[in-house]
Amino acid sequence: MRLLIVEDDAEAAAYLTKAFREVGHVADHAADGLEGYAMAEGGGYDVLVIDRMLPRLDGLSLIRSLREQKDDTPALILSALAQVDDRVKGLRAGGDDYLPKPYAFSELLARVEVLARRRGAPASEPTTYRVGDLVLDRLAHRVTREGQEIVLQPREFRLLEYLMKHAGQVVTRTMLLENVWDYHFDPQTNVIDVHVSRLRAKVDKGFEPPMIHTIRGAGYMVRDSR
Amino acid sequence: MTAADAIPRKRQKFLPTLFRTTAFKLTAAYLVIFALFAAFVLGYVAWNAKRLLDDQIRSTIDAEIQGLAEQQRQGGIRRLVNIIERRSRAPGASLYLVTTPVGERIAGNVEAIPPGTLDRTGESEIEYARSSETVDKPSHALVRVYLLPAGFRLLVGRDLEERERLGIVIRRAAGWSLALVFVLGCFASWFVARRVLKRIDGMSETAHGIMEGDLEGRIAITGTGDELDRLALNLNAMLDRIGELMAGMQQVTDNIAHDLKTPLTRLRNRAEEALRTARSPDELRAALDGAIEEADNLIRVFNALLMIARLEAGRVSDNMSELDISEIVSGLAELYEPLAEEAGLSLTCEVAPSLKIRGNRELIGQALNNLIDNALKYGAPEQGGAGTVAVSARQAGDQVELSVADHGPGIPEADRGRVFDRFVRLDTSRSKPGFGLGLSLVAGVVRLHGGVLRLEDNAPGLRVVILLPAGSPKPVDTPALAESAASTPTPNPAGVPTH
Repeated sequence: MRLLIVEDDAEAAAYLTKAFREVGHVADHAADGLEGYAMAEGGGYDVLVIDRMLPRLDGLSLIRSLREQKDDTPALILSALAQVDDRVKGLRAGGDDYLPKPYAFSELLARVEVLARRRGAPASEPTTYRVGDLVLDRLAHRVTREGQEIVLQPREFRLLEYLMKHAGQVVTRTMLLENVWDYHFDPQTNVIDVHVSRLRAKVDKGFEPPMIHTIRGAGYMVRDSR
Repeated sequence: MTAADAIPRKRQKFLPTLFRTTAFKLTAAYLVIFALFAAFVLGYVAWNAKRLLDDQIRSTIDAEIQGLAEQQRQGGIRRLVNIIERRSRAPGASLYLVTTPVGERIAGNVEAIPPGTLDRTGESEIEYARSSETVDKPSHALVRVYLLPAGFRLLVGRDLEERERLGIVIRRAAGWSLALVFVLGCFASWFVARRVLKRIDGMSETAHGIMEGDLEGRIAITGTGDELDRLALNLNAMLDRIGELMAGMQQVTDNIAHDLKTPLTRLRNRAEEALRTARSPDELRAALDGAIEEADNLIRVFNALLMIARLEAGRVSDNMSELDISEIVSGLAELYEPLAEEAGLSLTCEVAPSLKIRGNRELIGQALNNLIDNALKYGAPEQGGAGTVAVSARQAGDQVELSVADHGPGIPEADRGRVFDRFVRLDTSRSKPGFGLGLSLVAGVVRLHGGVLRLEDNAPGLRVVILLPAGSPKPVDTPALAESAASTPTPNPAGVPTH
């Protein structure tokens, strides 16, 4: 995956490029908005990671300019402004995701990977997700494993749906809270963990191998470990 | 400039200061306007008086000319000359002159008249001298020349001294009154300006004192209720408000210092200890994990504080929309239900359908989230046994009432006022996680939405009630609906709302 990091703080930029390269991605760096715009316009990037406050051209204007050029490369906005309105403004400008500073790198990585995958994905979602012997039928609202039906509450169904949609990718707790519950606030407790462990009890209990994996310090991942 | 040296400087420059005051300038402007007005009135009176006098003189002259002409017609030029000679000698007589057609003087009491006067018949104003007087100062007169039959000319005129005297009187009156207006005006403006200046200086001194750090200083109120008093009252109220805010900020700063220093110290200690004692990479890793966790907690405190600050500044209100509060409440109850179960509590949810409010979804969500989180943390019954956390939402008149109730130890009456303050935690041992910001945030959110937040005794336990103005459209309040809403909750021990 090719990434462009537009960030004016040299230390933060160095940290990010190094961290992304360590996990096997190609990461370029632009130090201000105009340079970032020129590089992004050159194309070839899978995801743009853009700081909101940049010299010469701010992050939101950069994204807006790209969108006007019909460039729809997924963009994630990093910002020290963490309030509700700021996120809404960021998304309205054409950003695809918004992450307040300070953030955990694992959170950023998970979100960037989801954005990159979304770009390659076909326009229409498949009606059935399949991971190993676990099958989720989105139309019939049915989940089976090894052919046996697993009965889920509506919310549990949506939780599993989101996890399976991003099978093989790390999904963080915040991403689950945002996408499954549509909450954009900080619950300050491990509510998500409890929901996942309930889901796990239904999906993984009595079957081998486990499908829902806890990724330490990051979140969860659904993956067929065979 | 300090308050101490402001006073002598003020004395020294008192007069220039006086001239610069608004009161002085206003008075000066009034003075000029008044003087102009007075001058106009006097001028008008003078002009009218002159006109009246002129008319009078003119009619006198006309009457005399007619009389004399009549005499001449009856008795000829000789009789006319006789009459004129006689009249000329009378005291205060008019001016008379009779000449031959070639301009030779026959009779009269006028000596020197400007040449050519007699050639113009009709009225004119001339300088003249009487025959009896020495010619040192020419007098003014209004004269009229009448052409008698056979070419004789008759001049009759009246001295204008009276008119001139009147002019002098009026000019003198104008001068005096203007001088008086000026003096009185100066005195009045000095008096008014000094009074105002004194009070303004008092205000300035108070302001200086406050800038110097005496935050208790207030502007003196004279009690007259005039505009300066009203200004002073408002300024004092503003100072009181600023004082309150400063005190609040001071308290917050102290609390932040304490509550952020504690985790920072812990963070530092952990790192230090790990450096000193850790032998294996695993131990170092564990220490780093701990450090990151502490840092995350600090970030949370910062975010909560920032949010509260923004709420108190009232700056989030531009993101309001109509919300289905029923959906938010039941969604949150559902989110927390597994956690409640894990804590050995049962969470019940009693929500009337489709309640609407106007608000910010994330803020309302965060507030309710904090309340439910608190109830789960502190709501376990003290004697043990199965506790219940009851979440409800219902219509109450034109308001929506949300409540979160538990059966924990509750909050003593005396403490209910202060739990909304930042960093206040009743759990003095501080053994449970938390920063004491949750209820402050709830209070801020409720205030921003124009609602009321109440803490009630749930006997035993705590019941937090939020009253928010209902948004339109109001839910249809049919008896059937109300009944179904009331019957939803209890037979649902798991607390998951029926969808």
